[in-house]
Amino acid sequence: MTVSILLFFPLLAALVLLFIKGNAAKNAALFFSLVELAIGIVMLTQFVPADTSRQFAVDYPWIPKLGIYFTAAIDGINIIPVLLTIILVPLIILTTFKHQYQNASAFYALILFMQAGLLLVFTAFDGFLFYVGWEIALIPIYFICGMWGGENRIKVTLKFFIYTFAGSLFMLLAIIYLYLQTPDKTFDISRFYALDLPFDKQKWVFGAFLLAFAIKMPIFPLHTWQPDTYTEAPSAGTMLLSGIMLKMGIYGAIRWMIPVAPYAFFEYQNNPLWLAIIGIVYASIIAFRQKDGKRLTAYASIAHVGLIAAGLLAWNVQGLQGAMIQMLNHGIEVVGLFFVWDIISRQLNTRDVTQLGGIAKVAPQLAIAFLIIVLATVALPLTNGFIGEFLLLNGVYRYNVWMAAVAGLTIILGAVYMLRMYKNVMQGETNALTATFADITLVDKIVLGVICALIIIIGVYPQPILHLSEAAVSKLVTAVNDKIVLSIKHVSQPLGK
Amino acid sequence: MDKYIWLIPLLPLAGFVINGLGRNALPKNVIGTIASLMVLLSFALSVGAFLQVKSTGAPINVTLFDWISVGTLHIPFSFLIDQLSSIMLLIITGIGFLIHVYSIGYMHHDAGFGKFFAYLNLFIFFMLLLVLGSNYVIMFIGWEGVGLCSYLLIGFWFTNPSYADAAKKAFVMNRIGDLGFLIAVFLIIQTFDSVAYADVFAKAGKLNSGNTTLLLITLLLFVGATGKSAQIPLFTWLPDAMAGPTPVSALIHAATMVTAGIYMIARSNILFTLSPVTMNVIAIIGLATIIVGALIALTQTDIKKVLAYSTVSQLGYMFLGLGVGAYTGAFFHVLTHAFFKALLFLCAGSVIHAVSGEQDMRKMGGLRGKLPVTFITMLIGTLAISGIPPFAGFFSKDEILAYTYVHSPVLYVLGVIGSMFTSFYMFRLMYLTFWGKFRGTHEQEHHLHESPASMTIPLIILAVLSTIGGFMGVPKALGGSHWLEHWLDPVIAGSTKLIGEFSLTHNTELALMAISFTGAVLALIYAYVKYVKQADIPVADTEERPALVKLSYHKFYIDELYDTIIRKPLDYLSGFFYKVIDKMGIDGIVNGLGQTAVESGKGLRLLQTGNVGFYLFMMVIGIIAVLVFSLYSFIKI
Repeated sequence: MTVSILLFFPLLAALVLLFIKGNAAKNAALFFSLVELAIGIVMLTQFVPADTSRQFAVDYPWIPKLGIYFTAAIDGINIIPVLLTIILVPLIILTTFKHQYQNASAFYALILFMQAGLLLVFTAFDGFLFYVGWEIALIPIYFICGMWGGENRIKVTLKFFIYTFAGSLFMLLAIIYLYLQTPDKTFDISRFYALDLPFDKQKWVFGAFLLAFAIKMPIFPLHTWQPDTYTEAPSAGTMLLSGIMLKMGIYGAIRWMIPVAPYAFFEYQNNPLWLAIIGIVYASIIAFRQKDGKRLTAYASIAHVGLIAAGLLAWNVQGLQGAMIQMLNHGIEVVGLFFVWDIISRQLNTRDVTQLGGIAKVAPQLAIAFLIIVLATVALPLTNGFIGEFLLLNGVYRYNVWMAAVAGLTIILGAVYMLRMYKNVMQGETNALTATFADITLVDKIVLGVICALIIIIGVYPQPILHLSEAAVSKLVTAVNDKIVLSIKHVSQPLGK
Repeated sequence: MDKYIWLIPLLPLAGFVINGLGRNALPKNVIGTIASLMVLLSFALSVGAFLQVKSTGAPINVTLFDWISVGTLHIPFSFLIDQLSSIMLLIITGIGFLIHVYSIGYMHHDAGFGKFFAYLNLFIFFMLLLVLGSNYVIMFIGWEGVGLCSYLLIGFWFTNPSYADAAKKAFVMNRIGDLGFLIAVFLIIQTFDSVAYADVFAKAGKLNSGNTTLLLITLLLFVGATGKSAQIPLFTWLPDAMAGPTPVSALIHAATMVTAGIYMIARSNILFTLSPVTMNVIAIIGLATIIVGALIALTQTDIKKVLAYSTVSQLGYMFLGLGVGAYTGAFFHVLTHAFFKALLFLCAGSVIHAVSGEQDMRKMGGLRGKLPVTFITMLIGTLAISGIPPFAGFFSKDEILAYTYVHSPVLYVLGVIGSMFTSFYMFRLMYLTFWGKFRGTHEQEHHLHESPASMTIPLIILAVLSTIGGFMGVPKALGGSHWLEHWLDPVIAGSTKLIGEFSLTHNTELALMAISFTGAVLALIYAYVKYVKQADIPVADTEERPALVKLSYHKFYIDELYDTIIRKPLDYLSGFFYKVIDKMGIDGIVNGLGQTAVESGKGLRLLQTGNVGFYLFMMVIGIIAVLVFSLYSFIKI
């Protein structure tokens, strides 16, 4: 079994979907995404965490003349983002079951098409292939937001597209540059790793990758496309963006940026780290007074992703393992939060927290699910959020105590904006608008039930997930650190003499 | 016994799950029985564990599974039952059980009956984790978990927005402390390469007194304690927490959760003993909290608010005890306070129940005859908290004060003044509630009744414990043997060795006891004259009060102060960040750059606004070209 099944099945499914009209498209899309999940789970059972080499590898000469190979595989570094993608897509499809979209078959085809692109990004071991996946994932979300989004969708989506596309152009330049440096002209990542570029070259490669990935995550101050896009996109689009797509930036930094330019990373590490940490506090404070629930959640997401970025940039086993598990956790939580907002706005046609209130009284089941998701977001122990944030903060702490102290403010500030939101929406007396709010029904219960179950299971027993990436992460950290040490010696020796 | 330890926390968790799922389906008596039974079974197991520790003298260690393991960091899900935690288990499950039984009567008419018991069971689960954990991270799970339950139960009647606000405030203020705790944990990991108590204490014991890292660790842990145990400056959530149902105030906000900070410090005593600076900070903060809490309690008119500030103040005594090295005394006060303060709250609940939900003492009075059991048990609680021998509070408070005297006579004097205030505000509460004439409406007077047996029996049991509880620690000066001191010896032996034996002649100790006893009696007589003889009922809110009374009545305006210096500036900053920095500043630059690109690109006719289709077109063309090219090379092969 190779990873190509995982990559091509959603692509084929997307093509098939184009020919399925009406309501059946929904069901078909769900079915296909569940098949994909099943394929992934079968692979997961065969996956060997202790083996740090490429598993389920496919290595097909695509354009060998240009050194382009269809090289994809699964290892401990991408297993978690892959899992995240195959778990979230069926859930996201289920969240749309109460909506009636125009051109439903196109809508669902685009979701599955995007899934293929995302999986390609996560599993590609060839630079060119990685870039192709990166853009393939962008096209469907552009259409999803641009065609099914809110009132300002055209303007907002355009900005989102240009912004992230500009970033990815820099990344393309870096990839092409690396390709040209390889002795036998290849895009293979292991050759990129082996390049050992001089510092003044590394720093440009590092900068170009950082720009692309920082825009994608996004890291402060490159985040301003994000709240608008999340707010205007249709709910499923927001979930795809926040739940999965932003992990492309996190994953890219781990796989493509730091190991390729280790010494430049080491020299400049402080800057993006501080930006990420400033972003945590900055976005949290902005979230205090946001009225639109989706926009509030968008800023909360910037804060939480800032912590993931900080943990990975601290570059130690704790921080990186934290980033790994938190990619999954954040995906689960943010889809849950946006889904709750979808449920509310579907019924009440508003997401203005100041107009809501008392919903817990009329919809106790929604209130419980929402509370569990909120608690995971504020990283309460025995929810998945705690495992991630504890490791991330510990990782940052090992790098710099003060950074950890500032980043740690997230556990206070997060509680402020999340509980404020919960109170405004759920608690208090019902008003004319919310008095007739109906509690969740079967499909919604399934989605929220799965999300809450994942939150608690991972929170109580995270070890199986941590174990998946453990060996690969510690190997990668050691390899990069060894290179950094070598570079330092290399630089300091001539000075010594 | 070791095999069944995991059941101690799991039984209440099972109760939470059953009642949580069946909260609307199960009949009330079934819900109440399941919830109480689970806690009772835990209590039985805790007794077994206690007896085993007693007979073997050795702690029980149980490892359940590997919770978090990353790199060199290993955090097992493991429990430790030793002399300290075994007593805490008895208190949590024992008093917890009584309060569950009481709640069956108290909450009987509430629509959220099932939810209430589910939450209460969940609280017991987390509180048990807190004391059972054999490392700081498991303690932290319990620590934050009880904070969650506190949030849920303060906001139990969440349709009242001010109750929901009180819940939120409690959670957020606790979180401030929790950040301190969390960073302390990181520092512990860095310093000792472990979070397990056994490793940490063994390694810490080899460090010098005054070690800077230990100073930081202990200060940060103490920050955590100020949040959970409501000390200055993080105490203002506790009085607001009275928004929750009264049994919650008794269990969580008096007997158990709020003493978690004292438990944590007593548990880590060796770290603190080696950090004299922190010890002084703790003693001073504790003392300041005693005085501030007591001063506010002097003028409150809400019966639960008086008790809440009293709790703040009594917790201050426990911290004073810790700060002067009286670990046993502080823990002793945790135990006796759990008895008498749970009792006082439950009595207050019984009173509130009788007067149809009224909490304002200005509208009570003369309840002695109508509520005889409540009256007598509450009087016992009051005598205990006021430090009247032989009731429980006398022994524990005097032990703390005696150690304080050795440490510094100035602190001692302030401590005694605090204890006089205690006696005054508690007897003020008693006189206003039970003496004089009933001041409520005729309607309320008509309904006055003693509470049902499910409520009065727990009162009687707690009254007995408040009466005899002090005998577990009778000092040698009074001819006792101080059982508790011997019992806790294995836990605090390291600190005792460093601090040295407690040195005070028996006569001095007796003199100190006489002083605080006399002070308490004088205060209660003064209260009698003022509130019974002169019937000086506090004035209505609309009337002007003397400046100092006003200051106390309005809680020194501390909430208003925090609002002005923290909440409002942050909210202002939120708007400023959003509108000015984010929208105008950063996004302005981004849009400007975009505009410039568009303008400069116009010549090339490539980058016009709305021309994103062009990008897509190019990209699709590009991808197709690649595909065609690959197909071409494929065919050629």
